[in-house]
Amino acid sequence: MHDHSESLIKELQGVARQIRLDVLDMVYRRQAGHPGGSFSCAEILAALYFHHLKIDPARPDWPERDRFLLSKGHAAAALYSVLAQRGFFPLEDLERWGHLGAHLQGHPDRVKTPGVEMSSGFLGHGLSIAVGLALAQRLGGPRYHIYALMSDGDMQSGVAWEGAMAAAKFRTSEVTVIMDYNDVQLDGAAHDIMPLEPLIDKWRAFGFAVIPINGHNVRQILEALDEALEIHSMPTVILARTTKGKGVSFMENSAKWHGAVPSAAEYEQAKAELKGYPA
Amino acid sequence: MSEIPQRQAYGVALAEYGDLNDAVVVLDADVSSSTLTKFFADRHPARFFNMGVTEASMVNVGVGLALGGKIPFVNTFAALLTLRACEQIRTCVAYAHTNVKLVGGYAGLSDYKDGPTHFATNDIALMRAMPNMVVLAPADNREAARMVQVIAEYPGPVYMRISRAVVPDVFDDSLTVEIGKGITLRDGGDVTIIGCGSMVGRCLRAADRLAQEGIDARVLSMASIKPLDAELVVLAAQETGALVTAEDHTILGGLGSAVVEALAEHHPAPVEFVGLKDTFAETGPDTETLMDAWGLSIADLVAAAKRAMQRKA
Repeated sequence: MHDHSESLIKELQGVARQIRLDVLDMVYRRQAGHPGGSFSCAEILAALYFHHLKIDPARPDWPERDRFLLSKGHAAAALYSVLAQRGFFPLEDLERWGHLGAHLQGHPDRVKTPGVEMSSGFLGHGLSIAVGLALAQRLGGPRYHIYALMSDGDMQSGVAWEGAMAAAKFRTSEVTVIMDYNDVQLDGAAHDIMPLEPLIDKWRAFGFAVIPINGHNVRQILEALDEALEIHSMPTVILARTTKGKGVSFMENSAKWHGAVPSAAEYEQAKAELKGYPA
Repeated sequence: MSEIPQRQAYGVALAEYGDLNDAVVVLDADVSSSTLTKFFADRHPARFFNMGVTEASMVNVGVGLALGGKIPFVNTFAALLTLRACEQIRTCVAYAHTNVKLVGGYAGLSDYKDGPTHFATNDIALMRAMPNMVVLAPADNREAARMVQVIAEYPGPVYMRISRAVVPDVFDDSLTVEIGKGITLRDGGDVTIIGCGSMVGRCLRAADRLAQEGIDARVLSMASIKPLDAELVVLAAQETGALVTAEDHTILGGLGSAVVEALAEHHPAPVEFVGLKDTFAETGPDTETLMDAWGLSIADLVAAAKRAMQRKA
């Protein structure tokens, strides 16, 4: 079942590279945003939007489309980049992120932006909303799969674990959580701020199948997404170990870059490094 | 006085409306035997989801159901719903403009025996402050029952509060329910009493008592607190010159505040507030006694009407 060609992997790595370059430009231009957590999920978004998701940019309301929920809404710039690259709206719109009257809000707004399934920004909501979407389709109508991209910050919130209980109760195998587990949050290392470990044990205890992967390895992401679709008895979490700020040496694993803006010199260095990543 | 509590009228109406509309789904947080959504659960088990004590997640699951094309009625005690799930309601229902119907049971002081933890006395204020949110407090069983279809067919977020108690009947079968419209229950030219929810029956009895003293009081039932029927309120201010608002809720941010906001803009007039005066209440022997003890009695309404009249220019 895992038949992903080298050319596909290269293509998706290119999409991820463009996501990071777009995010860097967007954050620098706007002098605001969240580069660290946008870089950590670039490969995941590329794999979803350019290969795995059943979507049609010409029909953002297509009833049978898969649903992707960006629970970690602060990665908005990364989502905007991949949506624009995929053709949900013009690439030029990225330049007006945060402008008055522009549809691209600081955090995703489902009412304003084509392709954004759900508004988000405060952490923790994606999983329980995904459960609701799963229950809805069981009552008839179009069938689709639901993906929620959660961060370690998401999983510190109580509502996320309430959602996990609900997913277990209803055995929502229609739901795949992808956890962008970069272990860095605004104030420091997640394992210092509020430890989540043992995370694999927790997810299993909450009734999830767990697929641990390297969240920057495109092949592993694609294989995990396929594997999750074959699990029909319970929801799945793809526990993607990632690096916050991935691709820019001075941003990697640094809480400082959760929501910081690079200087002119830092911007140039970051751009140069991202153009060469992965080698 | 009706024979059954308002919650029962709501629960029965919801179950029956479920026959007519397949899109309606119902969620409750382990209190379906109290809110009486259990009638829906018994009749439509595949469309009922008991979420346990996960109010925040329950609202989000409702959001997901709405995004999936269903019409979720999300139920629990009004205080739990609007306080514990307040952020979910703000972000995922109001801001995201999802088609979720929030129904808070045990409104006001109606859960007399459980005390102030269980009372909902700031739910109207909280929900009014949510952009996109409709806020409703039906006065009697007939209005509560008819609201079910109205809010199901309204495209957008709604909050409705329902009393645990038996509430007086104020409407007959000719009642027409409309979001944004108040109803004149009694005409009068000396003073206007505007009530919502379980206070409306008391407003009518206060008007009877005022009539015995030769005071001709108008009574408006204002189930639709947001959007408010400002036109009807302003007309009452113009024609009677003095008003009283009545709610089983804090006077900060509820029906009274909505009324004076409308009047301040269009036709300032003296208004007296009947409601909880920035205080928690206490446990009581029954709802009616408790309401009487905490400033919501018919005598309180009568006195407030006279004070308002004395303040006429």
